[in-house]
Amino acid sequence: MKAIKDIDVLDFETQNLADSPTEQRTAGGLLKYLILGIGFGIVLVKAEVISWFRIQEMFRLESFHMYGVIGTAVVVGVISVQIIKRFKIKSLGGEPIRLDDKPFSKGQIFGGLLFGFGWALTGACPGPIYAQIGIGVTVFIVTLLSALAGTWFYGLIRNKLPH
Amino acid sequence: MLELLKQPWHWSVAGVIIGLFVPLLLIVGNKTFGISSSMRHICAAIFPANISYFKYNWKAESWNLVFVAGVLIGGWVGAHVFKNPEPIAIADSTKSYLQSIGIQEFGALVPTDLFSWENLFTFRGFIFIVFGGFLVGFGTRYAGGCTSGHSIMGLSNLQLPSLIATICFMAGGSIVTWLVIPYL
Repeated sequence: MKAIKDIDVLDFETQNLADSPTEQRTAGGLLKYLILGIGFGIVLVKAEVISWFRIQEMFRLESFHMYGVIGTAVVVGVISVQIIKRFKIKSLGGEPIRLDDKPFSKGQIFGGLLFGFGWALTGACPGPIYAQIGIGVTVFIVTLLSALAGTWFYGLIRNKLPH
Repeated sequence: MLELLKQPWHWSVAGVIIGLFVPLLLIVGNKTFGISSSMRHICAAIFPANISYFKYNWKAESWNLVFVAGVLIGGWVGAHVFKNPEPIAIADSTKSYLQSIGIQEFGALVPTDLFSWENLFTFRGFIFIVFGGFLVGFGTRYAGGCTSGHSIMGLSNLQLPSLIATICFMAGGSIVTWLVIPYL
């Protein structure tokens, strides 16, 4: 089982899949994430960051818009994390907030480049794919299924890939 | 108020709100912001196929699936309740370049002459809609995160690997934008 744990360390979005705690998953507990998700979807649409045109502008260095959005978000995020760490702020559940350091892997280079290719083609990272479907550009259902196939294929061959 | 919300939001406003999702998720439930992992959980839930990468308790990560369901609903709300009456205002240079490579529809957030069901089975449509999606899914998992997981959350936590990943996202996107899309 050690191999699984090692590779899970490389997943920056999941903290502890190998020893996932059995946490409360009541409808009420999950509702707050639905509300947060709706809020995030609205911002993605209203700031036009899900627009294929805006992504083209960004990669062609012809507009500051996307750099402004991402740059501001990072500044706000860095300050927030520093405050949380400095004042040892706890979560609403009363737990100390977990912010693990993650290791370097070659996957960040190879996978990063491959995602970049896909980002320029689809004009969408994973969040915007969901938002596009909600907007009503239903052909993005195919993009989502294709992204799921890509995710699954990664799972299938990951032991053969350099990490 | 509604009129104000219907206009496209300024990058600084959007940036602050997106950045606040980092502390919001940490404080609300000790969760790290990141969306591409939802695709891993969907694979684990629907088609794990005895692959070790998908053998874990995905139900413990249900919050992430509920969050992306919210993003989908939020997309609908943003495009209908807060519908922007004007077409998207992109840079003139981008627009004239895109016209030169055959894009004609600038009314929606995506060029409908590329992203439509009619186009799905053309060579161009297949590359943009299907192949692009595959690379997004494969690449984000291989990199261990996406724009939210690395570029927002990882950078907020000052993770060097996330900076490397973000630079590679931008490099990959630039390569395709400058060297591939003009010839598709």
